[in-house]
Amino acid sequence: MTSKNNEDLDLKAIRARLEKARGRHYWRSLEELAATEGFEDWLHREFPRQASEWPEGEAGDAGRRQFLKLMGASLALAGLSACTRQPTELIVPYVRPAEEIIPGKPLFFATAMPLSGVATGLLVESHMGRPTKVEGNALHPASLGATDVYTQASPLGLWDPDRSQAITHLGEIGSWANLQGALSQSLSTQQARQGAGLRILTESFTSPTMTGQMEEILALFPAAKWVQYEPAGFGMQREGSRAAFGEPVNTYYSLENANVILALDSDFLCLGPAGIRYARQFANRRVVRGPKAEMNRLYSVESSYTITGAKADHRLPVRASEVEGIARSLNEALDGQAPSGPHAGWIAALARDLQANRGASVVIPGTWQSAAVHAIAHQINQKLGNTGRTVFHTDPIESGDSSEAGLRELTAEMEAGQVEVLAIAGVNPVYTAPADLNFAQRLNRVPLRIHLSLYQDETSALCHWHIPQSHYLESWSDARAFDGTVTIMQPLIEPLFGGRSAHEFLAAFTAQPQRSGYDIVRGYWQKRRPQNFEMWWRRALHDGVVEGTALPAKAASPRAPASAASPAPAAEGMEVVFRPDPSVYDGRFANNGWLQELPKPIDKLTWGNAALIGAGTAQRLNLQNEDLVSLHYKGRTVTAPVWIQPGHANESVTVHLGYGRERAGRVGSGVGFNAYALRTSDAPWMGTGLEIRKLPGKFPLAITQQHHNLEGRHIVQSATLQEYRENPDFAHEGVHNPPPELSLYPPFTYDSYAWGMAIDMTACTGCNACVVACHSENNIPVVGKQGVLMGREMHWLRIDTYHEGHLDNPHTHFQPMLCQHCEMAPCEVVCPVAATTHSAEGLNEMTYNRCVGTRYCSNNCPYKVRRFNFFNYADYAEVQRLGMNPDVTIRTRGVMEKCTYCVQRINEARIEAKREDRRIRDGDIETACQTACPARAIVFGDINDPNSRVSQLKKNELNYGVLAELNTRPRTTYLAELKNPNPEIEKA
Amino acid sequence: MSQIFHHSTNTFSRLTIFGAIFILGFLTWAFGELNRSSYVTGEGESREQPIQFSHAHHVGGLGIDCRYCHTTVETSAFAGIPPTKTCMNCHSQIWAQSPFLAPVRESWRTGEPLQWTRVHDLPDFVHFNHSIHVKKGVGCQTCHGQVNEMPLMWQAASLQMEWCLQCHRNPERYVRPRSEVFNMQYRPEGDQLAVGRKLVREYEIDRLTNCSICHY
Repeated sequence: MTSKNNEDLDLKAIRARLEKARGRHYWRSLEELAATEGFEDWLHREFPRQASEWPEGEAGDAGRRQFLKLMGASLALAGLSACTRQPTELIVPYVRPAEEIIPGKPLFFATAMPLSGVATGLLVESHMGRPTKVEGNALHPASLGATDVYTQASPLGLWDPDRSQAITHLGEIGSWANLQGALSQSLSTQQARQGAGLRILTESFTSPTMTGQMEEILALFPAAKWVQYEPAGFGMQREGSRAAFGEPVNTYYSLENANVILALDSDFLCLGPAGIRYARQFANRRVVRGPKAEMNRLYSVESSYTITGAKADHRLPVRASEVEGIARSLNEALDGQAPSGPHAGWIAALARDLQANRGASVVIPGTWQSAAVHAIAHQINQKLGNTGRTVFHTDPIESGDSSEAGLRELTAEMEAGQVEVLAIAGVNPVYTAPADLNFAQRLNRVPLRIHLSLYQDETSALCHWHIPQSHYLESWSDARAFDGTVTIMQPLIEPLFGGRSAHEFLAAFTAQPQRSGYDIVRGYWQKRRPQNFEMWWRRALHDGVVEGTALPAKAASPRAPASAASPAPAAEGMEVVFRPDPSVYDGRFANNGWLQELPKPIDKLTWGNAALIGAGTAQRLNLQNEDLVSLHYKGRTVTAPVWIQPGHANESVTVHLGYGRERAGRVGSGVGFNAYALRTSDAPWMGTGLEIRKLPGKFPLAITQQHHNLEGRHIVQSATLQEYRENPDFAHEGVHNPPPELSLYPPFTYDSYAWGMAIDMTACTGCNACVVACHSENNIPVVGKQGVLMGREMHWLRIDTYHEGHLDNPHTHFQPMLCQHCEMAPCEVVCPVAATTHSAEGLNEMTYNRCVGTRYCSNNCPYKVRRFNFFNYADYAEVQRLGMNPDVTIRTRGVMEKCTYCVQRINEARIEAKREDRRIRDGDIETACQTACPARAIVFGDINDPNSRVSQLKKNELNYGVLAELNTRPRTTYLAELKNPNPEIEKA
Repeated sequence: MSQIFHHSTNTFSRLTIFGAIFILGFLTWAFGELNRSSYVTGEGESREQPIQFSHAHHVGGLGIDCRYCHTTVETSAFAGIPPTKTCMNCHSQIWAQSPFLAPVRESWRTGEPLQWTRVHDLPDFVHFNHSIHVKKGVGCQTCHGQVNEMPLMWQAASLQMEWCLQCHRNPERYVRPRSEVFNMQYRPEGDQLAVGRKLVREYEIDRLTNCSICHY
């Protein structure tokens, strides 16, 4: 199957072809442009040749005989399994009924998930005490009711059977009492020396309680040191603000007021503590309803293609190290100096646009760009009068510095033998520390090493003691959001494996070593809110936010950077750029199957990472997709497969962190290559001097971009705002919509509810939150890399990515694709057993227990949204089963499945409405993808109700049905994407 | 050369062919009957329980309302099985020393819940919601039978899909006024069909045969 991708791409021919193309031409992959045999195969066959055969290796030299044997056996087993009697079920009621629990009805609790220490507020659905699904908390400033991929995938992490389950000492099972004995001995020695040999290493944190504990411990051990390390932290941001203001400052933006946005290598729509909020605000200013409406404009300067770049009206692909130069010229252009260099025209036009929108524009530097870029961005924002309107400063939300400097100092002390007790809470430095620090080797010089973590990971293996950590859904804590707003985190369940939270672990170093997490957190706040505490505490827990804890805006004016006169020249040579992965982040989510199988937003890579390069570099070095290369950088080498990303800056290589884990668990170990092995502490995010050497051989990458192709036709519709104003009906031009009576099927009147969905492609940022939400809500299984390579991924909802235009800088369009619930559904008529039928409310129903697995329906679906269980993927471990949504059937082998419009939510709302003798109101039913969407791009409702939001959207002239010319009459429709390019740049 | 087969073989072979049809027909019939039999469906079967709890005594004899124990039947999909606390409301006072109730007291003392065996068990690919059936006037008795006469609870109906569909296709044959849902002695005043048709209109009972009403 993979061998089909091995044909060489002729990039030169592809370029020529794209240049000849006229009008709007959408394409999905280089293979499609080259019309390779592999692509044609994907196009014409839903699954590649021989995909139905046993995977090689498992059956040896399988052949016909083996196949028949297996078929015979499975037929017999399939037949017999239907004859078994249902197993006896037990009902176990409470002894004393629990307050508020109604069996069969979920409860929702407010809490927050910290990532890099910063909170996103959540409401977690709990079925009889089992957290199964995460929704956003509308009261929380970072969530606004929506979620991102990491929060959505977090319940799977809770129920992970690979989590560590026991305290271990030198690999043997130990106990907390043993540990305390060992620790108290060391601590009393340390006490005598003021704690001079004690070091505590934690993640970056914003928790006020943790800050309190830190002060307490450092008061007990004044000579001890508390080090924080966050592999993808805010080091650069804080350093940049120190350069600009003389002190570390936390900056956030209000895109609601911004007409013009410039992202300087910033992926603000995807990653970052306020990503969800920014996506909402960005979309609010972007969607237009009617030709007179105004739209914001986004410029993006970046090396690797991100979703922010994809949403940009103008994207400038440059090497990451050149961004600083561009920021500088822009800063000078705003002062009236004409820019020079290859991008002079672009920068001049941008400067004019920014000038015209003083106080209503914003420049966002990338979290991982250099400090200088941050400092310049502060200056530009100040110059444009944006501070206080679109840009806000506060004191830092986190306690202390978590950049590489602290870790470097710690390793030096470890080397010098000054560290006698090292307690590591949550971090995995053996894996994540920059390679030049030799952390693993130096760790071995510490006489007592204690590690608290969720998994028995790389660091645990080198520590004397390992303590299982409790998941955030199991622990009491607190954390601040991007603006300082505090959430008190409450547990949804007792620790499954007897883990301890970081608070409980660190309490061992205080005078009260046995305090519970609840006592620690509550005690901290009780001291600060003595009046009416109980009321305050209950309200805080109920709302999930503590009112009035956002940090006050700070007046900070940047001073002129000293280095302004001498811009650092961009170094020559190949550049390497390190970025946290959009799926597994810094590697902490490596054992999460939903995230591993999640196609990354732009290149749709699953189960691994690749060295991403531009088409120009590929041509120069004669590299093809999936070629193995060795990356040589500062004397270190890793081997990686290459992927050509259209639009990636040339002479630059992007590698994503978080892969190549050795001890992540059964899911995440040995997936991808470890980019940390190249990363150094002096330049953690980019550097020049990389050398690429081609190695023999290829490495198959599980990329879903070519799967489920809808071949040509009018699938994506897009236009510029100008074009839309001139021709509001552009989305329907050239598309033949056959009259409804031209059908062989008898007409049907939907006289009650008629469910439908509208998806606004202008709002959709392609962030994937909906895909994971669908996974979580509908118990969708994971198939593994081998399965994805064979096109067997089970996602009910996928995000199709279409490119348009030039190979070196194409536009990108996102189209969430799910079951369209066609009124004239082609799948229904071919089912021999009536397992897929149509409901009177227009749902295309899938009845799993009727399905015999002929796959005719899938074959007949023009949208390619039906998924087949080739194996019993849902064969979960006992503990994983507890995390399933009890409202959705778990499918077995041989059964077709697909998007149901979250029919369980429809039925729940219908029953609720009927019990109250009313109709279902608009907004009562929100599908899982809809609630997760940060940009509110997805709207679901009753299209028979003319006032429902979905009906309003469907009346919009941008609304169109995909493949409507087939007369399938899809219930899911799309609003064509609009872009708002700057006419000045457009002409050039 | 003489014939290989005797002339009577013709009759024999005719009989065999004719018989085959009967045998196939019989097998089909037998399979259908077996599939509907209580051996497969469990209809009429009672299950062993940790306590010999008698509905006949509590409901028929004492007249306790269904909802005293099955508290969530009007609000949730699950009717609810009473916590040990509910038993102890009375049995801390009456029959407080009865050996039959030892497991209840044990549970109350230790906090270990009682483990009841489910009698009415639908397959996991079917979603049944008690609250909506109660709301639409389906009596407890309609599905669970004459519970007030059952010393040990047994499965009153086959719970097969064709059994569900009898009502989902023709609800007028079964629905009763909401006020009578928990009445174990209910008999319709006059013709059930006439009462039923009126109630179906009044309660807006419709669209019961879409697959996704139960299967999702």
